[in-house]
Amino acid sequence: MSRPDPAHAHDTGARHQTHHPHHLSPARLLGVDPLLDDPGTRIVVCCGSGGVGKTTTAAALGLRAAERGRKVVVLTIDPARRLAQSMGIDSLDNTPRRVKGVEGDGELHAMMLDMKRTFDEIVEAHADPERAAAILNNPFYQSLSAGFAGTQEYMAMEKLGQLRARDEWDLIVVDTPPSRSALDFLDAPKRLGSFLDGRLIRLLTAPAKLGGRAGMKFLNVGMSMMTGTLGKLLGGQLLKDVQTFVSAMDTTFGGFRTRADATYKLLQAPGTAFLVVAAPERDALREAAYFVERLAAEDMPLSGLVLNRVHGSGADRLSAERALAAAENLEEPRIVDQEGGKAVLRNSPDTYGSSESPASEAPAPDEGSPAALDTERTDGERTIDELTAGLLRLHADRMQLLSREQRTRDRFTALHPEVAVAEVAALPGDVHDLAGLRDIGNRLAALRPELPEAPGAGG
Amino acid sequence: MSRFQVVSGKGGTGKTTVAAALALALATEGKRTLLVEVEGRQGIAQLFEAEALPYEERKIAVAPGGGEVYALAIDPELALLDYLQMFYKLGGAGRALKKLGAIDFATTIAPGLRDVLLTGKACEAVRRKDRSGRFVYDYVVMDAPPTGRITRFLNVNDEVAGLAKIGPIHNQAQAVMRVLKSAETAVHLVTLLEEMPVQETADGIAELRGARLPVGRIIVNMVRPEVLDAADLELVRAVERSSVARSLSAAGLGGARRGQNAERLVDPLLQQAEEYAERYGLEHEQRAALSELGLPMHELPLLAEGMDLAGLYELAGELREQGLS
Repeated sequence: MSRPDPAHAHDTGARHQTHHPHHLSPARLLGVDPLLDDPGTRIVVCCGSGGVGKTTTAAALGLRAAERGRKVVVLTIDPARRLAQSMGIDSLDNTPRRVKGVEGDGELHAMMLDMKRTFDEIVEAHADPERAAAILNNPFYQSLSAGFAGTQEYMAMEKLGQLRARDEWDLIVVDTPPSRSALDFLDAPKRLGSFLDGRLIRLLTAPAKLGGRAGMKFLNVGMSMMTGTLGKLLGGQLLKDVQTFVSAMDTTFGGFRTRADATYKLLQAPGTAFLVVAAPERDALREAAYFVERLAAEDMPLSGLVLNRVHGSGADRLSAERALAAAENLEEPRIVDQEGGKAVLRNSPDTYGSSESPASEAPAPDEGSPAALDTERTDGERTIDELTAGLLRLHADRMQLLSREQRTRDRFTALHPEVAVAEVAALPGDVHDLAGLRDIGNRLAALRPELPEAPGAGG
Repeated sequence: MSRFQVVSGKGGTGKTTVAAALALALATEGKRTLLVEVEGRQGIAQLFEAEALPYEERKIAVAPGGGEVYALAIDPELALLDYLQMFYKLGGAGRALKKLGAIDFATTIAPGLRDVLLTGKACEAVRRKDRSGRFVYDYVVMDAPPTGRITRFLNVNDEVAGLAKIGPIHNQAQAVMRVLKSAETAVHLVTLLEEMPVQETADGIAELRGARLPVGRIIVNMVRPEVLDAADLELVRAVERSSVARSLSAAGLGGARRGQNAERLVDPLLQQAEEYAERYGLEHEQRAALSELGLPMHELPLLAEGMDLAGLYELAGELREQGLS
């Protein structure tokens, strides 16, 4: 791969003391239950690239925490309709709704972010009615609040801050927006803050504050050129709309930066746990590695990686190669039969399970030559043979998938040995109801026994 | 065949791969395609096993038959400066704007403006002609934002044209929308045979149609091979465990008696077949749901060895065979 591994930059840092170029240490196990049960955990943030089951993970964690006795609210950004339905809520609106059917003493509430509504509420809460109306009717505001992507990130952070401030829940689980660049939601408040404090906003608001062109002489030449340029670019009316909007924002959002800073600090605080969600695929894990590095750089507390849709096999002692060879053995005699010959199987007697398989026991003493080696197969047996060959090919596919997933995971573990991992076994279908979410929760919390815990790994 | 091919799809469905394969497939003999990336992930460079792409159109591959694929990763900030320079000769003013934070504002704080720049740049490449009046690129393929954002992304210029009612921005926005809403453009949606991506595809198509944007084809990606058919699956439910054990034993996988190696494989293998059957049923439902959407549909196979450069050419070959180029 041509991309330089970002983790190499870390290898020299104090954060990563160990590097195993040849020997892969097993991943640390992420204990989901201790995390959810700890009353000190107040916020769980699920981040990850699109299509890895982030929203489902957030909902499953919320349900599990609630059924283990906590009072939980799940803030989702853009759930699939089915997922909303799985929590028994047809239209998630901008207020938390209690989810019915939760077992135990805890409570689960769920809400979906309505970013326009959230934006409007901020304006209404922080401006007098007249000014609020002026902002809400400003065409530039209307586009910014509803039409443009990215506002989601600011509003998600704002909503998280609000929920936390209400202090009605002892755990908030947040699903992050499917941003194009991974951690936009971390950058958003800072960016907006620095924009509101910046020179541009002073420039844009200056003419309005100073009373139009008469005030321009107070500006230096460069600035007046800028206003002229912007006017030329944007058109006079739009510039006026933007200026009105910005000056209204300036007063309304006086406290925004303070709140944004507070939310950012909240994310860094010990009560917050970040979970990076990924699937065992190259692209998803590459994004996950990027998340891990960004979170470390921002001093955000990472609890671990949730690896969704991991495949297993009850017959993993049988390799893909051997399964394919056996399938061919079963299919070949049929061709021989058609030529009038006798079905002769060319494989040698049982060697399976003796040397090549690590999990093998001593072969059973009476395992002699395979059945029906020299006898002609009946039609019925041939049908079964065809089916069995299909089963073996299916198994070969599964084993190839397994080893691909394993390689991808090992690569991540080698780059980030410090990150604890919770693997979630793949489901054949989709999640439709609370039972499905509960099942995912069980899979999340099941520590996979074949991965021994590394020394010094915490729970 | 539309000259501007926009490839969208739910996250995780492999739209970057499909966009790259499509760019290769369209680069038949003597043709030149431009593959455009807008999300700053450098996914194209990784697929083609090349160095990270700068903000510059450069040749990244030669297609079978001799066509050429160029690639461009659009950087919104550079695109804005480019744009200011091209239309308004504002080189110095551009730097001043940058100092003021206006460029940062335009490209990050107001992501809508970023989308204006990205679509504007792509449409510029679509319309660009050389001195002899021929199009510089026969096709432009865009690895676009995901289904959930695609309509808003493509429609952003409509909104801008509504906000800026006169002036150069208004004119530019309208010119972009003229390309996007014409037969020159086709928006393809990549999906998997799974419930959520299929649902999102249906929603996305409705949204695109509502915005009068031209919907192209549905491309079903990572289709798993049919290992067992419906008859096999019926047999799986009825089959005697012992006869499967004997068959496994005949194939050389150990003894068929209880506790012996072949016999111990039966349960896990049948379990895997059951999981396969469940997925098989779901996939059939999803395929039926997709065909109800009334669009041309194409299927690309799941590559057993994972995605690499050779696999990309294989998928491009598939797309050509299926008549996408």
